Amino acid sequence: MDQAFLQTETWPAGLTRVPYWVYRDPRIAQDEQTRIFQGPVWNYLCLEQDVPNQGDYRTSFAGTMPVVVARTEDGGLAAFENRCAHRGALICLDDAGSVKDFHCVYHAWRYDLRGNLKSVAFRHGVNGRGGMPDSFCLEDHGPRKLRVTTLCGLVFGTLSDDTPDLETWLGPQVTARIRRVLHKPVEILGRFTQPLPNNWKLYMENVRDTYHASLLHLFFTTFNITRLSHGGGVMVSETGVGHASSTMAPPMGADSSYAGMRSDHQGFRLADPSLLTEQDEFHDDIRLQILTVFPGFVLQQIHNAIAVRQVLPRGVAQTDLHWTYLGFANDTPDLRAIRIKQANLVGPAGFVSMEDGAVGGFVQRGIASADMEQSVVEMGGATADTAETRATEASVRGFWKAWRGFMGI
Amino acid sequence: MPDADTLFRVAALNTAYAACIDADRLEDWPAFFADPCLYKVTTADNVRMGYAAGIIYADSQGMLVDRISALREANIYERQRYRHILGMPLLHPGRDGLIVAETSFLVVRTMRDGQMDLFVTGAYHDKIATGPGGGLLYAERIVVCDSQRFDTLVAIPL
Repeated sequence: MDQAFLQTETWPAGLTRVPYWVYRDPRIAQDEQTRIFQGPVWNYLCLEQDVPNQGDYRTSFAGTMPVVVARTEDGGLAAFENRCAHRGALICLDDAGSVKDFHCVYHAWRYDLRGNLKSVAFRHGVNGRGGMPDSFCLEDHGPRKLRVTTLCGLVFGTLSDDTPDLETWLGPQVTARIRRVLHKPVEILGRFTQPLPNNWKLYMENVRDTYHASLLHLFFTTFNITRLSHGGGVMVSETGVGHASSTMAPPMGADSSYAGMRSDHQGFRLADPSLLTEQDEFHDDIRLQILTVFPGFVLQQIHNAIAVRQVLPRGVAQTDLHWTYLGFANDTPDLRAIRIKQANLVGPAGFVSMEDGAVGGFVQRGIASADMEQSVVEMGGATADTAETRATEASVRGFWKAWRGFMGI
Repeated sequence: MPDADTLFRVAALNTAYAACIDADRLEDWPAFFADPCLYKVTTADNVRMGYAAGIIYADSQGMLVDRISALREANIYERQRYRHILGMPLLHPGRDGLIVAETSFLVVRTMRDGQMDLFVTGAYHDKIATGPGGGLLYAERIVVCDSQRFDTLVAIPL
């Protein structure tokens, strides 16, 4: 697929139609790296928990750009491109570690914890011969640096000086919903990666799509975990960059709104219902909250199953979904056991999430010859505003509002 | 030195377990386990880091039954099958009357369109009990996968 099928001038007016070339055009994928991931956005990088002590580092990505996050001497955080200023080799080769400083393995150029170039091997040559010219200045060379910010133990980085501070960028409502879940120190319970056979945007739309959850996922509907007829709603930040959807505790009495649909499988019962035992740990009516931060961050709370997901493009039609399952450091043994059981709902083998992993691939394959066609995103109207219902695609429209803004399309 | 009979019986149990999954006789799968039990699918990295969660976790035969009924009745995924290739069990010193064994596995997945992939490799870390009828049952089967990457979804148990 190397023909230029980009048709930006054909983007329909408004937010209710999305042309399919947007998931297939390699030039769009390339532009997204510079305009979005390396542009004025906050990329989720890792947890503060990943780098507790001075010299601890973790490698991550901002889009396709490899990034190192390190804890510096003053207890702060630094992030820089994981690319030696000399010949471009990776500086860090492992997922995580603890170091005094960083050395590129290729020619031993040395960097401090902030990614500043500190020395060059044989800079002055050997026996007066060779070496760098006198004009070579260490300060003029180094990997690109990211500005770092944290919120509730989440570490975000941006390559742009223009990105507003994170809370302004997210808006107060979405920020409050992050604080609601991550209200005390977390502990990592597991890490898994799910490669997805689709464009990254299809996954982010799926996460924001409150309409599909109870229709695709029989598990949700049958066990009364989330239904559109339950209370709840979706909030979308003004720019579209943040969203949070919520499902409230189910109403009392019978609910016939799904009668006859595939996902309302009344005969299905769990042999061991302990999977659905939950503890009210947030002391509000919200049972399930899914939150995204543009471009590729997800915070999930499904009952007591808490996780962050990092969504990274790996090609036009390839995406890596990195799951980090979380608990809190002061979990009781009972609550911890519940979280580990409820982790069955999510991840690559999740009773619910396995379908989200696959459905993007169904779209990617379905649109193989549909570059001139477009999808319909019209549930709940044409705007990307906060809504008191989840029978809407408002937050999907919010995603496109943000995306088109950054891309200038 | 483990006796040849134990080695043979563990190998036979593993072979029957794999054949049950590969032949899509999944309703028979929970009966390979004691009740209560522990069945967990995790990765070498998670084990090394001491992370307790798995991508599949069951501590009762009922939860194993639920995995299969969800697979049959609830979950949406494309038709696919596994082929397990097993190594010879490595027997460790037994504990608390249980046989402790470790067995390498390799699973090739074949999708409905014929696409075949080397899907997962790893090792079963097992604690095996003698059931009421004298047969062997997994009291604990931790499936330690070598890679942390799981291609799109793990619908069928490993």
